[in-house]
Amino acid sequence: MTKLTTEEVKHVATLARLAITEEEAEKFAEQLGKITGYVEQLSELDTTNVEPTTHVLPLVNVMRKDVAEKGLDRDKMLLNVKEHEDGQVKVPAIMD
Amino acid sequence: MTLFKRSAQELQAAIHNGELTIVELTKEAFARIEKLDDSVKAFLTLNKEAALTQAEEMDKVPMAERGPLFGLPIGIKDNIVTEGIETTCASKMLEGFMPIYDATVMEKIKAAGMIIIGKINMDEFAMGSSNENSAFKTTTNPWNSAHVPGGSSGGSAAAVAAGEVPFALGSDTGGSIRQPAAYCGVVGMKPTYGRVSRSGLVAFASSLDQIGPITNNVADNAALLEVIAGLDAKDSTSANVEVAKYTEALTNDIKGLRVAVPKEFLGEGVGEAAKKSVEEAIEVLKSLGATVEEVSLPHSKYALAAYYILSSSEASSNLSRFDGIRYGYRTENAKNLLELYTKSRAEGFGDEVKLRIMLGTYSLSAGSYDAYYKKAQQVRTLIKEDYDKVFENFDVIIGPTTPTPAFKIGENVDDPLTMYANDILTIPMNLAGVPAISIPCGFEAGLPLGLQIIGKHFDEATIYRTAHAFEQATAFHKQKPQMWEGN
Repeated sequence: MTKLTTEEVKHVATLARLAITEEEAEKFAEQLGKITGYVEQLSELDTTNVEPTTHVLPLVNVMRKDVAEKGLDRDKMLLNVKEHEDGQVKVPAIMD
Repeated sequence: MTLFKRSAQELQAAIHNGELTIVELTKEAFARIEKLDDSVKAFLTLNKEAALTQAEEMDKVPMAERGPLFGLPIGIKDNIVTEGIETTCASKMLEGFMPIYDATVMEKIKAAGMIIIGKINMDEFAMGSSNENSAFKTTTNPWNSAHVPGGSSGGSAAAVAAGEVPFALGSDTGGSIRQPAAYCGVVGMKPTYGRVSRSGLVAFASSLDQIGPITNNVADNAALLEVIAGLDAKDSTSANVEVAKYTEALTNDIKGLRVAVPKEFLGEGVGEAAKKSVEEAIEVLKSLGATVEEVSLPHSKYALAAYYILSSSEASSNLSRFDGIRYGYRTENAKNLLELYTKSRAEGFGDEVKLRIMLGTYSLSAGSYDAYYKKAQQVRTLIKEDYDKVFENFDVIIGPTTPTPAFKIGENVDDPLTMYANDILTIPMNLAGVPAISIPCGFEAGLPLGLQIIGKHFDEATIYRTAHAFEQATAFHKQKPQMWEGN
């Protein structure tokens, strides 16, 4: 399980939406292999019936009142958008 | 000698008796930065014009209406959003990004009347322990510029250690406040998870991240935490627990305090000087009336492995928002939407960030989830239970903050596991969510060492009381880098 193939690395890169080169795929395969090899040590521990911890606070479903609040200003929100038109964000073609 | 040698209380006294103005104090910060920052390289963006205008206004406010930190300069780590001041996370991905609102901590700091001096360098997206992962520059250690300041809040610790600002904010996901505080010989607190609102902190690992103060001394640190802590409707994980008066906890009385020393914290890999400084600290605490016993945190050795799975998994999810569309770096000439995503991210993120996104995506992917992510969450439970158990019988846990003083720039960086080992003393506290401080406790070859004091959930007051008593009984915090001499 510790050695990752470059094919596996490319699949993960696709899932992560990261363009990678052939050299990067090889570098990642080596680095991820090292880290996952190190992480293997967790399997020494018997965790049968141990509840997973997502975060440490005893909080469930923090809700606010269902009342409309003013959101961020649209013109301000567009300040950091590279391309926009008529108050809408522009992107390239979604389908080829 | 810089004005910032004085504590907040001493600065306020000088302002109140007319010896100093807020404008003069603000100018001092920019003068120090101009003189020193070519070498320290702590600041990414300066807020000079606005800060001086603000300072002039502040000087007109009647003394009676001023709080304890009113008019005092502060630097902000560049992963905390500041309305109208560029916020980059030291990443090409966010170069030029102009936040349109303030983080909750910024609202609180402004309400307290503090002067925002500028934004501070860090490892890109807070991933790293040396500041070498910044896309823009590598901050240096004010004690020796050939060494790293630590990370990821290395710039914040260096700015305070250099006397450029008396206050800074950092963030801590696996040691990112405490390790640089130790390396730079300053005081850095990671509060309890949920103590300080994360609204406006650019997320790395949401179940671990906390914002905290970095200062020259314990009293200043306690005063700043008092300002930034508290429940916030904008962060559903901020806790509805009353904020204690931390500054009033500094009683100098630790008689009967029960101190635990985990044997794992003084074991293999911890340098002789760090060990000795902690052993000497134990004697100081005993002489002040504390009782000290050895304990065990048996799952400590698994913390690093669990941390890298959990933090990278959360990061891979959090950083998916950087898609080149609504803000941040956008590639030129993408043929279609998928290419816009993959190229913008490939060109915008640095190597370490990509590695962690890859590791996190892999850990969360079908076929790996149970073996990695779920397993790590279960191990996290075991680590937290270690701490719960010790805290049934003890008030604080102490140990070294780091196994060695700051390493040299360029050292270690080729081997990720060596870099990660540097974090081994600080990571379990984030997994357990407990608060922990680093304070100066010694030197090795002219570089500072840190003592870590860990407390129960939401008991920062006892940590501050212990840290302050130690500080008053020792002189480590009075030693400053050479650059404090002269004007």
